[in-house]
Amino acid sequence: MKIQSKKLEVWYGNKQALHAVDLAMQEHTITALIGPSGCGKSTYLRCLNRMNDTIEGVVVKGGLLLDGYDVYEPGVDVVALRRRVGMVFQKANPFPKSIFDNVAFGLRLGPRIPKTELDGRVEQALTRAALWEEVRDRLTGSALGLSGGQQQRLCIARALAVEPEVLLMDEPTSALDPIATAKIEELLHGLADRYTIVIVTHNMQQAARVSDQTAFFFMGQLIEVAPTDDLFTHPTVKKTEEYITGRFG
Amino acid sequence: MNRNERTGFGLLAICAGFLVLLVVALVGYVVSGGWSVLSFGFLTEVPRNGMREGGIWPPIFGTIVLMLITAVSATPLGVGCAIYLVEYAREGWLVRLIRLSIRNLSGVPSVVYGLFGVGLFVNGLGFGPSLLASGLTLGLLTLPWTITASEEALRRVPRSYRDGALALGATPWEAISKNVIPAALPGMLTGIILGLARAAGETAPILFTGVTFSRPDIPHSVFDTYMALPYHLYILSTQHQDIVTVRPVAFATATVLLGIVLVINGTAAVVRSRLRAAQVG
Amino acid sequence: MEGASTYVHPVTTRNPLTGGGVRRAREAAIRGAFTLAALVSVGVLVGIFAVLFLQARESFGGNEGIAQSTLTPEQRALFTDVEFAALPAVPPPAPSVGRDFLGGTNWNPTGATAYYGVLPMVVSTLMVTLCALALAAPLGIGAAAWLAYVAPPRAREVIKPIIEVLAAIPSVVLGFVGIVVVGPALAHGFGLQSGLSAANGALLLAVMALPTIVSITEDALTAVPRDYVQASLALGADRWQTLVRVVLPAAQSGVVAALMLGMGRAIGETMTVLMACGNATAMPGSIFDPVRTLTATIAIELGETDVGSRHFHMLFAVGLVLFCMTFAVNLASEIAMRKSGGSRA
Repeated sequence: MKIQSKKLEVWYGNKQALHAVDLAMQEHTITALIGPSGCGKSTYLRCLNRMNDTIEGVVVKGGLLLDGYDVYEPGVDVVALRRRVGMVFQKANPFPKSIFDNVAFGLRLGPRIPKTELDGRVEQALTRAALWEEVRDRLTGSALGLSGGQQQRLCIARALAVEPEVLLMDEPTSALDPIATAKIEELLHGLADRYTIVIVTHNMQQAARVSDQTAFFFMGQLIEVAPTDDLFTHPTVKKTEEYITGRFG
Repeated sequence: MNRNERTGFGLLAICAGFLVLLVVALVGYVVSGGWSVLSFGFLTEVPRNGMREGGIWPPIFGTIVLMLITAVSATPLGVGCAIYLVEYAREGWLVRLIRLSIRNLSGVPSVVYGLFGVGLFVNGLGFGPSLLASGLTLGLLTLPWTITASEEALRRVPRSYRDGALALGATPWEAISKNVIPAALPGMLTGIILGLARAAGETAPILFTGVTFSRPDIPHSVFDTYMALPYHLYILSTQHQDIVTVRPVAFATATVLLGIVLVINGTAAVVRSRLRAAQVG
Repeated sequence: MEGASTYVHPVTTRNPLTGGGVRRAREAAIRGAFTLAALVSVGVLVGIFAVLFLQARESFGGNEGIAQSTLTPEQRALFTDVEFAALPAVPPPAPSVGRDFLGGTNWNPTGATAYYGVLPMVVSTLMVTLCALALAAPLGIGAAAWLAYVAPPRAREVIKPIIEVLAAIPSVVLGFVGIVVVGPALAHGFGLQSGLSAANGALLLAVMALPTIVSITEDALTAVPRDYVQASLALGADRWQTLVRVVLPAAQSGVVAALMLGMGRAIGETMTVLMACGNATAMPGSIFDPVRTLTATIAIELGETDVGSRHFHMLFAVGLVLFCMTFAVNLASEIAMRKSGGSRA
């Protein structure tokens, strides 16, 4: 198992956001986290690279393993963890720098990389994010000049450039039009060969299209997890059925 | 609009209109009084014949150097404090204490800063009356403004610039230094420069910390006394033995001082509104 | 959950995710440096108070010219210095904080017998400040109400920056205007010998306090929820009634805070009053008398005293009184601000 959580709980102050979540993800698969707003799916996602640490008053209990090692053990190097577990945010957040500098941002944080190697890795990341052909002639142009869909793919390229093992995506297409969304979904299929992907989405069709496994969250609890085809065709829990048939949410 | 509204709102409009008139009248009066004396020579020559003739180069020079010392002393501290408050601090008694101090510092009268400067820099640390003592005193005076301006600029940087960098494996300081500060820099600079413009017009804090009403040359080191524009105007309008004769020079000095302050303010305001528009769009 | 039973328990060997100690130490050091920078502001405030307090305390202890008093008459006879001989054999006792300083009505530090009564200056400061506030308050609140409530957005964008120019005018320039225009105009209009008076200072201080009052009052009025306005209009009130009976009362604390801050600024203002008020140390009888405020006294006299003399220390005591007054006024505005739920910083 690449990622495993055991009785994972998250508290914001004295408000409990996640209740004892047990969930496992295999290497090089895509797991979709679905559920209505505020169900805890994004909170769970942000535990995986410890981005929850940046919020004041967050307490995480229980176990969370990456390759069998505890992510929340005292003394864990959060910075190194985040280089192994990349993240793409809901709203594309390119930095106000050039396209090249955006992709190179993570690479420049570590020891100095020679210019030729840097160029090569930026190109590779942009190619994997299916953006290279569109931006190869304007690498020094501002990233803010790209379209919404391009910006989001740039953010994917930026995350891929540091060669993570896991890629977390927090509703990556919720702000995009259908065409840009289709492009990113197509991209995800190709990326699954190299990366373990966890994607939060409130679009059930998207979950059905892209993922191997789907987990349904409700009110901070993991209600059901199953291979995607099974979950959508014959859910075993009534709540799941109600959600996927659109009776609430 | 009924009659109530017409009269009431009319009164309010008169208040606002009066303030606008006041500004125009004040600035217009000073500038029209000083305009005819202004010349290139007035800005570049030293005073002659007991300040009745010649220019005001030494006070201009003194004010500029003073601003530099003020900027160098207040900016690192002020920006550092703002970075702590916005990027590192978590709410608690320490943050409340720091905020309380900043708010009270901004309410301390400038003449009290002058007393503090005498006690600490002139006598305590033995700098004597000097550019350095005055510059540091003004630096402390501008500290709360620098902090507030920097804080405001830092808070306008979207959270995603920080989170995006952290998610890529940046340390907090890498996220701040590579992403947050560059984005906040223009806003911080305009705020700091506005504070300096305000400090340039201050007289009370420099009164006993090193300014002198006349010296034949410009200061040679930061431990020298110096002339400054606002004090020069004070001397010309109240302390000079021949006040009536030097009145045109006083008007021109006031015009130069006002001009410097307003030009800096105007530029900063334009830059700031552009920045705000750019960040919203 | 069936899947849960396959949970692999943490491996007990050293966790490869741990590490980065050097990096963490560096980050902690950087954080520490910024914390120190932030603490400087606390240090400066404490330092200002400490310097004022310690220097001021000197004025109320010991005797002026303690040196002679320790000499025996034989030793005194050895000196031929004329000035020295002219000094009284028994030096004057230290003034008391209550009766001589705070309660004293005569300020004459350089007389044969020195008097250090600060009361006339406190009265002068309050008189000038309160008159300035009485002038600035209606004007400032009116202008702020127009900007926040009546003005079309376009007009606001133009007029607001113009009013903000007032805040940028150096106080020494305003003082200059007081000397050359406002003072003479007052003298002419009211038939006074000299226009340099409390009234002159009050007019100019009103100008100084206006930008603060306008901008904070406007913020307070803008912060009043739109629902209140809608509810009032829906009940059939017109917009003027809504402003006077709903919006202004709702913003009351914010307006009070604005007035207090404006007052704090006026109390601490030095150059304008120094140049425009005539600087007589006597207890003022009317608004047209020349007066000398606390700030002006420090500005005039500090340069002429010997460092370490009683007079020198006394001026720090005056500074301490000033510090306490502005502190109280700012505290009042703070409390009002907190009530209104807004924050200044």
